[in-house]
Amino acid sequence: MATFEPVLLARVNKTDSHKLAGYRADGGYATFERVLADKQPLDVVTQVKDSALRGRGGAGFPTGLKWTFLPKDHPGPIYLCINADESEPCTYNNRILMEKDPHQVLEGVMLACYAIKSQCAYFYLRYEYGDAYRTLQAAVDELYAAKLLGKNIAGTGFDLDIVLHRGAGAYICGEETGLIESLEGKRGWPRIKPPFPAIEGAFRKPTIVNNVETLACVTQIMRRGNDWFKSLGVPPDPKNPRDAGSYGPKLYTIAGHVETPRCVELPMGVTCRDLVEKHGGGVWKGRQAKSVNPGGLSMGFLDVTAPLKGADGLTEYDIPLDFNGPGKVGCLGLGTAAITVVDDETSMVDVLHNVCQFFAHESCGQCTPCREGTGWMLKITDRLRRGQGRREDLDVLVDVADRIGIMPGTTICGLADGAGWPVKTAIRKFRGEFEAAVKSGQRSKHAKALAMAH
Amino acid sequence: MSALSEATKAAIRDLIPKYPSKQAVTLPALHLVHDEQRYVSTQAIVEIGELLDLHPAVVQDTMTFYLFFKDKEADRLGGDRVWVCRGLACMLRGAYDLIDHCEHTLGVTCGHRTADGRVTLEFAECIGACDGAPAVLLNDKHVMDVTPEKADRLFASLGKAGA
Repeated sequence: MATFEPVLLARVNKTDSHKLAGYRADGGYATFERVLADKQPLDVVTQVKDSALRGRGGAGFPTGLKWTFLPKDHPGPIYLCINADESEPCTYNNRILMEKDPHQVLEGVMLACYAIKSQCAYFYLRYEYGDAYRTLQAAVDELYAAKLLGKNIAGTGFDLDIVLHRGAGAYICGEETGLIESLEGKRGWPRIKPPFPAIEGAFRKPTIVNNVETLACVTQIMRRGNDWFKSLGVPPDPKNPRDAGSYGPKLYTIAGHVETPRCVELPMGVTCRDLVEKHGGGVWKGRQAKSVNPGGLSMGFLDVTAPLKGADGLTEYDIPLDFNGPGKVGCLGLGTAAITVVDDETSMVDVLHNVCQFFAHESCGQCTPCREGTGWMLKITDRLRRGQGRREDLDVLVDVADRIGIMPGTTICGLADGAGWPVKTAIRKFRGEFEAAVKSGQRSKHAKALAMAH
Repeated sequence: MSALSEATKAAIRDLIPKYPSKQAVTLPALHLVHDEQRYVSTQAIVEIGELLDLHPAVVQDTMTFYLFFKDKEADRLGGDRVWVCRGLACMLRGAYDLIDHCEHTLGVTCGHRTADGRVTLEFAECIGACDGAPAVLLNDKHVMDVTPEKADRLFASLGKAGA
C-alpha cells in the first residue's frame, strides 16, 4: 500500500500554518465561499450525511444524522457548540489541529453553521489549552477583519459569530450536556436525556455539539467530496445492518511507553500493532508491550499477548482501530483513538490505580453510583497498591464497575461507564497479576504514606 | 469598598452581548477576577452577581463546582501556577517522581503556594500534552518533556511577583 498522504495534518509543519494568509493560499475558505454561493443548507447536511462521517469525539455518532434531528423550519436561534474540551486522558489530537491549523477547524465550523442555519457558534475550549485559545482567537479576529465572520458574509445575507469560551478544568464538561450547562454559567452537571440538545440544548434552543476533528473532517468532505472520504477507512460490516462503517482519515495519538509519542493521521482501521511499532517507534527502551489502552482511558485495556479468537496467530495487539475493532476484544469502543502503551515492566496495579484516581477526581458528583463507585474503586485500588489487598477486592471491583453507568441504567451520563470499563477489562485480562499482587502483599514504590489529596 | 476594579467590571460588561443570557458570563467573569486577584473573594462574588443580575449564591454555586478557582484569601495563588500532570501518559513516563521532586524543591505539597509567594504548585489530571510527557502546565502554557533539571530551571526563571 502506498504511503498515506495526510490531509487533516497536511499543513501542520508549514511556517505560519495558523495564519489566514497561508490558509487562503492553500485554497482555504474557497469551499466555504462556493458553498455559500451555490448550495442550500440542506445540500450540505445531505452531503455530510451521505459521507457517513461519524463523530470523532468518542461516541462515533453519524454527524449528518445528528444535524437532521434539528426541528424543521425552526425560527431560531439555533446554536453550534464546538466541543474542544478534549480531556480524555492521553488524547491530544484536537490540540494539534487548533494550534497548528485553526482555520481548517473554523472553516468546518462555518460550513456546519451554514448547514444547520446557526448564526452563533460557541467554541468551548478547555482552559489547559492556552496556546490553542490564543491561536484560535487570533484566527477568529482575522476572519472578522476579512469579513468572513460577522453580518452579511460575502453579501449573501448569512450572519455568523464565533465566540470562544474557556472551561475551568473539569473533565465532565466534555460531555455534551455538561458542556452546555457549563456554557450557560452553571455547574457542569450533565442533563437527563431526552430532550437531546438538537431539540433543547444551549439556552433552551436547538443545539448541535460537534467535536473539533469532526469539523475539520467537514471542511475536507465539502472540499474533496464523498468519494474521497469513502475511499479511506473501513466499509460497514455486511453482517451488521446497524454498522455505519468507519470511513475517512483519523488522527491517532500515541502516548506512554513508546519511543516517539506523536499524533499521526492514517485511514481508519490501522492496527494497534502497526501504530505502536511503525508510527510510535516501537515500545521504549527495547522492552515489550504488556497492555495498550486503545482510545482514551474510558475504553479499557488490551492484553497484547491474548490470542484473537478465530484468527490464527494474531493477538489483541492486531485489532483494527476502527469504530468496531476495540469492541471485539471487550473494550468500550474506539473512543478518541488515543493509544497508550504500557510496557512489561510496569505494574497493572499502578496503572489501574492511576485510572481510578482520574475518574474519582473527575466524577461530577451528581449521580450517587458514579460519585461513590469511583471513590470506592480508588480506595480499593489504593489498598491493592499498598500491598493490603484482599482476595475479594478483585470481584468487588468488577462488581462495582458493572453496576455504574448508563448501560446498567444507574447514571445520567457515560462517565461512569468509562470509569468502569478499564477496571473490568484490566482485572479480567490481567487477573493473574492482580492475584499475585494480593498474595505477595508487595507495596508499590509509588504508594506514599498518605494519598495525595486535593 | 469595591472588590473588582473598574477595568474588570468593564471587561465583564463587554462580554454580556456575546451571550443570550447574562448567566453565561459567569465563567469568563470568574476567570477575569481570578487572574487579577489570584482568588475570588466573597465580595467579588457579590459584585459579579450584581453585574450579571444573579443572586450571589448562584455565582457561588457555579464557582465551587470548578476546583480550579481558589475561593479563600489564604489559598490565594502565587505569581505563577505550575500544574504537574499526573495523567496516565505522564505517570508512565515519570510524573509521580516529578511531582515528588517539585514538592521537595519548592517545599510545598500540591495545592499550596510557596512561602515567598512566587509559585503555587498543583497536580493536574491529563493536560493533553502526552506527546511531551511528563508535562507541566505553566499557568495555561504547556511545558513538554520535563525532567527534574528542567523543572528546576523553570522554577528559577519564574518572576518574583506575587502575594
